[in-house]
Amino acid sequence: MTSFPVENSGLGAAADRPYHETYRQAEHFRTQADEFDAVKLGVWLFLATEILLFSGLFVFYGIMRMLHPEAFIHGSSLLDWRWGLLNTLVLLYSSYTVASAVRCAQVGDQKGLQRNILITFVMGLLFLVIKFVFEYAPKYAEGKLPGFWYSYPNWESPYEPLWWGMYWGATGVHASHVIIGMGLFVWLYIRARKLHFGPKHYNAVEGVGLYWHIVDVVWIFLFPMLYLIH
Amino acid sequence: MASISGTNVGAHGHDHAHHDEPYLTPKSSLWATIIDWATTIDHKKIGVMYLVAVLFMFFLGGVAALAVRVELLEPTRTVTTTVNGETTVQITGSVMHSVGMATDMASAGDWYNKIFTLHGLIMVFLVIVPSIPASLGNFLMPLMLGAKDVAFPKLNLASWYIYLFGSFFAIASAVVGGVDTGWTFYTPYSTITDAGHWKVVFMILAAFILGFSSILTGLNFIVTVHKLRAPGMGWFDMPLFVWGMYGTSLIQVLATPVIGITLLLLIFERLFHIGIFDPRMGGDPVLFQHFFWFYSHPVVYVMILPGMAIMSELIAVFCRKKVFGYRAVAFSSLAIAAIAFVVWGHHLFTSQGEVAAAVFSALTFLVALPSAVKVFNWVATLYKGSIDLKTPMWYALGFLFLFSIGGLTGLFLGALSVDLHLHDTYFVVAHFHYVMMGGTIIAFIGGIHMWWPKMFGKMYNEFWGQTGFWLVFIGFNLTFFPQFIMGVHGMPRRYASYVDEFLIYHQLSTVGSWVLLLGFLVHFFNFVHSLAAGPKAPPNPWGALTLEWTDAASPPITHNFHHEPVVTHGPYDYDDVVPAQTKPGEFPLPPKAEGRTVHVVKAGH
Repeated sequence: MTSFPVENSGLGAAADRPYHETYRQAEHFRTQADEFDAVKLGVWLFLATEILLFSGLFVFYGIMRMLHPEAFIHGSSLLDWRWGLLNTLVLLYSSYTVASAVRCAQVGDQKGLQRNILITFVMGLLFLVIKFVFEYAPKYAEGKLPGFWYSYPNWESPYEPLWWGMYWGATGVHASHVIIGMGLFVWLYIRARKLHFGPKHYNAVEGVGLYWHIVDVVWIFLFPMLYLIH
Repeated sequence: MASISGTNVGAHGHDHAHHDEPYLTPKSSLWATIIDWATTIDHKKIGVMYLVAVLFMFFLGGVAALAVRVELLEPTRTVTTTVNGETTVQITGSVMHSVGMATDMASAGDWYNKIFTLHGLIMVFLVIVPSIPASLGNFLMPLMLGAKDVAFPKLNLASWYIYLFGSFFAIASAVVGGVDTGWTFYTPYSTITDAGHWKVVFMILAAFILGFSSILTGLNFIVTVHKLRAPGMGWFDMPLFVWGMYGTSLIQVLATPVIGITLLLLIFERLFHIGIFDPRMGGDPVLFQHFFWFYSHPVVYVMILPGMAIMSELIAVFCRKKVFGYRAVAFSSLAIAAIAFVVWGHHLFTSQGEVAAAVFSALTFLVALPSAVKVFNWVATLYKGSIDLKTPMWYALGFLFLFSIGGLTGLFLGALSVDLHLHDTYFVVAHFHYVMMGGTIIAFIGGIHMWWPKMFGKMYNEFWGQTGFWLVFIGFNLTFFPQFIMGVHGMPRRYASYVDEFLIYHQLSTVGSWVLLLGFLVHFFNFVHSLAAGPKAPPNPWGALTLEWTDAASPPITHNFHHEPVVTHGPYDYDDVVPAQTKPGEFPLPPKAEGRTVHVVKAGH
């Protein structure tokens, strides 16, 4: 009923034209513009839920910092802000490329679309590599771990395990969003290779792009909170 | 409806005859029918599947409730006697003690704790939260708006499977031993009980997963209301059911993510000991209560708003009258949704500062205003209406009666000084059962009766419907009214034992639960009989004016409408549409396809 009806339509003229030109909205929408607006509203609502999800972690940070400022200040000083900054730049650049991908879809630049999706994917991967190789791995080795597993000897406040619980929790939930985003870029890339997106049909690119921006924005808040505020 | 590209006009015309059949028409074989239902993106089928699942879960949660009541028939006592230096310990008055011993429980109280926890978890997360939105809401929203489906049909199917997935974890947790945390998962107990066992994590995970199902349903409804209203239907031409659902959906989308992160942190706390809720590590267990109630108080309105949404329809249709103060009722739904987010602190009166408690108390009183606006408007709608006392109308009246008691006793609990006495007593238990069950479930059953002919194309038996209502109504009051009295006298909640002074109240309450069971059984067999042998329902048996009655068959065709409806009158304009001499119970159909009332235009496909 609401599946994409075109591919099996068997209409001669439509058969040799790319999907994005022959695409029609799902049957329950009156116009393609209606469908586009609906998808966009849906994505924005989803982004609102994401913000509220992360807000729980920000409250965690705020309350615990208020209760144990010395633990958080010392914990923060053990993070290397240069890795944080590098990752911020990586994500900012990926936000630029994903916005470019949407633009390419709008103007029908298929090569540019594929290239930008690919670069964004690689940037996501780079973010994770930096995160895991240069941040998580050394901390794991040094015993800067949450709660009962904490074994780092040079602590200054007995509540530092709490700081590391917050650090791993917040960055872990964020990293899982990066991984989900990368999965979405694989999906987009496959569809882009099949010429699914064009000026008349780029809902998915726009939706994933918006999601990626929120992942970026969350990091932009996490970076100063974790690395910079002393 | 102009085609966008013009190249694939024919694409729409595929197997159209198939979509003109009633949506319940089975496929060629049983297997094909099962596959069809399992993969359907038809909002009506998804709604019906939700209805069946929710009612089944209601049955399971009900069995747990009956077990709780049976255990409380007599107080559980541990009697220690010493004769000649030899001590014997005997447990008396516990029905579950033998069960508890057989299943290797530590004590009869242990069993009791697990049973009431199971009851609470099932009823909240698996029954009441999804009940009306996911079943009746899914079925009715597109029909009421004149749309073919919800905005994102595949997402709708996904949310159904997420619900099943979450239910699986909840049931699995119960099967491997059950949890005894209470449905609220309060820390630090919930982080240490059954340490090393997965069942508590399973249950938390279940609530976490079910949250996603709830979010996706809410998101779908919001977009549907914004984008899929029929031509001519402005915001204030929507049925009030849709307004109620819209308020519900806003809360679902904005509050549920917070319980998501809360439960995730709770799982982290249990598995990785991150310390956030653990005072030994500098964490704060009360922070969990804030997190939990920041979601769970708004979700109380996720539970009651859909009940109110149904009420507006029941009252209007069975009084054959325009709802008094349509806009006030519509906006009060949004007001309740908004205030819902600033009153969570009233669950923590005993664990927060005095100023905060006073502020939350004052804010709590605000909720009474939009709730009262609704109740007064419904009562005003009754005035000079042509009231027809069919089963749904009885349920509407039952709701007015029970919800008023539940709502007003909420003010007792919102008042700071009174709450310190009533906190954690049976008064609280009685209060929220009067709202959740006396409100939401009562409206739900009334709604099922009203839309039964539309959903299944069969009429139910009116005599047995009303008999069921009276049994439920009497049984409910017998079960829960004594609990108010017990609570005021100091009976604490969540105990398997009590002093003898409470015996009579507990026994009344338990007998009430059996009457309640009888009422539900009457309804159940009435529905089964209706499906098997009920008379065929006409398209509009109640003479209602909303689109699902005026423009769709009973049961509706797969595409809902043969032609896209165009709305030219309000959902409750009985004065304009229905002849003046109509007697109660006559239900003349409004004139159809006349320029004066309903324009039907052929949509372009």
